[in-house]
Amino acid sequence: MSLSAALTEEGATGAPSGRLRRGLALSERRRKRQGWLLLAPVLLFLLFTFIVPIGGMLWRSVADPEVAKVLPRTVASLKTWSGTGAPDEASFAALAQDLSDARTDGTLGLAAKRLNYDLPGYRALLQTAARRNLIDATPPFKAAFLAVDPQWGESETWGAIARASGPVTSFYLLAAVDMKRQADGAIALSPPQTRIYLEVLLRTFTIGLTVTLVCLILGFPLAHLLATAPPRIANLLMILVLLPFWTSLLVRTTAWIVLLQSQGVVNGALESMGLITEPIQMIYNRFGVHVAMTHVLLPFMVLPLYSTMRAIPPVYRRAALSLGASPLQAFVRVYLPQTVPGVAAGCLLVFILAIGYYITPALVGGAADQMISYFIAFFTSETANWGMAAALGAVLLVITSVLYWIYSRIAGTGGVKLG
Amino acid sequence: MKKTLILAAVSMIALASAAQARDLTVVSWGGAYQDAQKEIYFKPFQAASGHKLIDESWDGGVGVLRAKVESGHADWDVVQVESDELALGCDEGLYEKIDYTRIGGKDSYIPEAVSPCGVAAIVYNFAIAYDGDKLKNGPTGWADFFDTKKFPGKRGMRQGPKANLEMALLADGVPAADVYKVLATPPGVERALAKLDTIKKDLIFWKAGAQPVQLLASGEVVMSWAYNGRITAANAKDNKHFKIVWDGSLYTMDSWVILKGSPNKDAALDLLKFMGAAENQKKLPAFISYGVTNKAATALIDPKLLPDLPTAEQNRKNTLEINAAFWLDNADRLTERFNKWAAQ
Repeated sequence: MSLSAALTEEGATGAPSGRLRRGLALSERRRKRQGWLLLAPVLLFLLFTFIVPIGGMLWRSVADPEVAKVLPRTVASLKTWSGTGAPDEASFAALAQDLSDARTDGTLGLAAKRLNYDLPGYRALLQTAARRNLIDATPPFKAAFLAVDPQWGESETWGAIARASGPVTSFYLLAAVDMKRQADGAIALSPPQTRIYLEVLLRTFTIGLTVTLVCLILGFPLAHLLATAPPRIANLLMILVLLPFWTSLLVRTTAWIVLLQSQGVVNGALESMGLITEPIQMIYNRFGVHVAMTHVLLPFMVLPLYSTMRAIPPVYRRAALSLGASPLQAFVRVYLPQTVPGVAAGCLLVFILAIGYYITPALVGGAADQMISYFIAFFTSETANWGMAAALGAVLLVITSVLYWIYSRIAGTGGVKLG
Repeated sequence: MKKTLILAAVSMIALASAAQARDLTVVSWGGAYQDAQKEIYFKPFQAASGHKLIDESWDGGVGVLRAKVESGHADWDVVQVESDELALGCDEGLYEKIDYTRIGGKDSYIPEAVSPCGVAAIVYNFAIAYDGDKLKNGPTGWADFFDTKKFPGKRGMRQGPKANLEMALLADGVPAADVYKVLATPPGVERALAKLDTIKKDLIFWKAGAQPVQLLASGEVVMSWAYNGRITAANAKDNKHFKIVWDGSLYTMDSWVILKGSPNKDAALDLLKFMGAAENQKKLPAFISYGVTNKAATALIDPKLLPDLPTAEQNRKNTLEINAAFWLDNADRLTERFNKWAAQ
């Protein structure tokens, strides 16, 4: 304020002197620097908790360092291989040398695991070769390898090494959408028996959409009630809405098991009323997943809706009514359009949270109700196949981003306001 | 102001990454099991050796160990792992090799307990369990588990292919010795899935070890396979009369490993020696029904406890060890195939 006042004063009397201009620029820079300094913690936080990990994940989905590290000579010798039939003696000799080194270093397992992803049984093939190879490590190596296992004469066996020679691969990303590169380099769908991830992705989005829709149907009237009820009742209702927030996710999920199981509260009540004779299966299937997830995610729909509805002045609807609209018309044509930002924010929030769900489907779903996170967790912690886990994560990220982009085109950039 | 900020940031990073001298840290499965371990292993070891010891718990997953070792400053030393974590982590070089001369010699353990990267601590079984109060003449083997005419009702199995495929083949008449030979072939996998198909609509899949107990107690399932220790614990604590079918059950072992690069390797080996000694291991079954791995320990155990123990002679007659190496080769592929089957 004082600066601009000084500037105007100076401007009124003539051109600002060089010193003042420098002083102004200096203080302007200082102010900017202080502004950035204030932002620094949050930027650093974002960098280390968001950008670096996601970048790392994306990199892991294409990185392929193991085979080149463990079998460097073999990888180099296969550069000149035609790709059909067995390679020449030089490649066999290189592999013999690499296997011997890898066994000494204890790194063979890394390469064996990577090759096993491509060709089941490769681990055993490689480990047997490594064991035998130490005993009779004399040329000609080709004959020695073929004597251990005739698979060493097949182009597919060597093709797996050539495909995995890094430093980057499309193997994991293709596998995450049920595709595989054939021996001739063409990309094709996996055989139907092993095609699974497209189906799982579709399942994930179907469950996400269903839960979002149910949350909207249940949450809209509730939010409207909250926004229009007298404060005392509204506060009480608000506490009821927030209560699930303060309860552990596991407790809420387990509570649904108690309620919905075949000897549970709901089935018992229905039976005693004579409505059913046999218990209905309401849990360990898709129904249970929908119910439990809707319960957990409902507050995320209600809160944005509530804050939007609170800001809508009741006079608009009254005006519409007084101008002759029917209550339905006034609702649909005047009230509803004003709630769109809240609906959009709530739906987006619920949907994004829903597609990442893991523990609830694991506990109340069946084997056919597991979502993509189940497989990501499986590959991350159980088999340590981080390439595959990262690729599934990357596919989920890309699809979600595309959906968000489409959504923002439809809803407009101003559509999403969280509160 | 800026300087202080940078200084603070630098010193924080330095603090976080500094290799700190720390106490011996041992990690196990938590719950009643770890409480027992504290009582009979950890506390007496501290008193006897003078090493300070911290115990933590985890939920398994070799990915956790890999992340710790790869970060270069793992804060755990001794960890109890399942058999596939042992095999996979050993392959990846996540564990120190065990010097058996330091922990009582290979010969003092049962042969299955000894591996280059870890020494087994307990033996436990995946066995059929049912409620003796609800079923007077219960199932006697896997054929009964798959017979919904003889025993109508739901059955519980753990989510995923592991163990379930073996059980299906056993029920289909494959001898225990041939199970993994059959399962290694694609037709063998299809055969197991076809057998599972016969009870697919009656299957309820659980995830955590506590679930089958709850499923049996609530009457949701008529039988489930379960970890034997959980069933015995429920009988003791909740006054249940659950029965375990030992015949045809699958068994596996959990092992102690030392994480690669542990600064407390010496103390860790001392701890393994202490926990491997027969006079210490014999105390475990009084707390929880797991078999122990020192050859001499089973003879020292109270005979009253034997009927509930996997290592008792009458319980280990017709059992099959889960083949960790097989699952190491095939877990990814069969998990995908199993989930495909489940969705059909």
